[in-house]
Amino acid sequence: MKALVSLAAVLVLLLAAYVGVHLGDLRWLFGVVVPYFAAAVFLVGIVVKVIGWGRSPVPFRIPTTCGQQKSLPWIKQDKLDNPATGWQAMGRMALEILAFRSLFRNRETVLRDGQLAYRTNKWLWAAALAFHYSMLIIVLRHLRFFFAPIPRFVDVLTNVDGFLQVGVPGIYITSFVFLGAVTFLLARRLGWARMRYLSLPADYFPLFLFLAIGCTGLWMRHIDKVDVSQVKAAVMGLLVLAPHPPAVGWIFYAHLFCVSTLLAYFPFSKLMHLGGVFLSPTRNLANDNRARHHVNPWNRPLPVHTYAEYEDEFRDRMREAGLPLDKE
Amino acid sequence: MYDTGKILGGLAIFVVLITAPAWYALATGHRGAPPKLELPAGADGKHCIESSSFMRAEHMQLLDDWRDSAVRGLDRDYLAADGETYRINLSDTRQSGACFRCHSHPAQFCDKCHAYLGVEPYCWDCHQRPGEK
Ligand code: HEC
Ligand code: HEC
Ligand code: HEC
Repeated sequence: MKALVSLAAVLVLLLAAYVGVHLGDLRWLFGVVVPYFAAAVFLVGIVVKVIGWGRSPVPFRIPTTCGQQKSLPWIKQDKLDNPATGWQAMGRMALEILAFRSLFRNRETVLRDGQLAYRTNKWLWAAALAFHYSMLIIVLRHLRFFFAPIPRFVDVLTNVDGFLQVGVPGIYITSFVFLGAVTFLLARRLGWARMRYLSLPADYFPLFLFLAIGCTGLWMRHIDKVDVSQVKAAVMGLLVLAPHPPAVGWIFYAHLFCVSTLLAYFPFSKLMHLGGVFLSPTRNLANDNRARHHVNPWNRPLPVHTYAEYEDEFRDRMREAGLPLDKE
Repeated sequence: MYDTGKILGGLAIFVVLITAPAWYALATGHRGAPPKLELPAGADGKHCIESSSFMRAEHMQLLDDWRDSAVRGLDRDYLAADGETYRINLSDTRQSGACFRCHSHPAQFCDKCHAYLGVEPYCWDCHQRPGEK
């Protein structure tokens, strides 16, 4: 049911583009107004959200560690899993962001011969890695629409991605890795009772949206082709604030509308882990609670009354009572 | 304790990266308009093999179909939508279907558009183009 709602939402997006561009002639709406609006929401939304995060106090360090803490010199510290300094914490963050180390540790509990057992489960990690990296490459490949002249590295990347040279225009490896990974991530939520129970429309919607974006993209590259040079001219027009929608088929507008929806939805969704991953408190803080004093920023400035001051105040009475004194 | 400075620094990097194409276009003045292409003149200049809009979107598909038809189907005749027949060929400019018979300066036509869109066909590793050996 939750999945169906999300699927329906994505189908409505596609239908809107079809009705708007194929039956009607709302190219200005779908090709100029909506993309500008979506880009603005994306940018402003992310900036506002991250500034909000930046104004929040740093939490007390949570030492969820997987290795030996820095201790006596002859005990070997696990620098990456239990960092003691900011640089070591950066190493842990780099592995987290570039290699999804937390997912790599994913365990699942199973019942084996009536006994509870744990075993490693790397599927989620592998699919997530495939998904994110292929998306990165796809986004970088699309830079050919955003730069004139095109930076050399984009051409190189495109050629490497298309090195199989299957078909004309050639297929890209990442297109299929991307769709395969999204399909797996979706099947994981749909086909596994535990995951289905946990999943919300907000989990399904981005997956269906990515599927729609990928399929419309492949469709117009390999099946119902569009005039790419008009598309680039239109993208560049948007960039230099001289917008004009391209006179191409609705499938391009469906692609664009889905991407616009993704951008506008982004700051309000779980996809904000794009920025949030950098602020994971259990990963980006060094485990130095015992070495450095953590000052809670919302502590009121309290007047401190040290023991020395206390003794000064009550010295006479303490002497009378026969109490020991530090200073006579 | 706050890390506002570091977080805003990261945010600034993100904003600069994501808006880089716009700054680049505005700063260099490359407005990204499509290049002017040299179109065939004279007798060849009436029309392409198929309609111009079809060619712009589908010429790679056409070439692929031609390849299959010529190499696998041994059929080197292509019947265009307007009823004209073309002799399929890539390099021999005496043949009626050869792109370069009419588009005789590919550098001023094919290459310009391809460079604009970041397309680098590998066909010319084997197939000859006019003026190249
Ligand atoms: C109006 C622009 C334009 C012109 C002119 C043009 N092309 Fe293309 N060509 C493209 C686009 C766009 C693609 C690939 C689509 C993509 O990669 O998205 C392409 C792809 C190709 C491909 C497939 C290459 C691959 O690796 O995918 C071949 C072959 C090709 N063109 C040949 C030619 C020839 C030969 C000419 C000149 C007679 C020519 N093209 C003129 C725009 C153009
Ligand atoms: C009979 C001569 C002739 C042949 C052969 C020919 N073309 Fe064309 N082509 C033209 C003409 C003339 C135009 C311009 C048509 C117009 O403007 O309506 C053109 C236009 C095009 C365009 C659209 C350019 C634009 O910006 O509007 C493309 C792409 C193209 N040709 C590719 C090819 C390819 C690829 C081949 C080989 C398969 C080929 N042509 C073979 C004469 C030819
Ligand atoms: C590895 C070398 C090689 C590459 C790369 C190559 N071809 Fe060919 N092509 C051939 C050979 C060999 C033939 C057969 C020639 C014959 O039978 O006369 C051929 C034939 C063709 C034909 C039939 C017409 C003719 O000229 O004989 C077409 C069309 C064609 N190729 C298109 C392409 C396109 C489009 C590309 C790029 C996407 C391409 N080829 C890349 C080697 C190549």
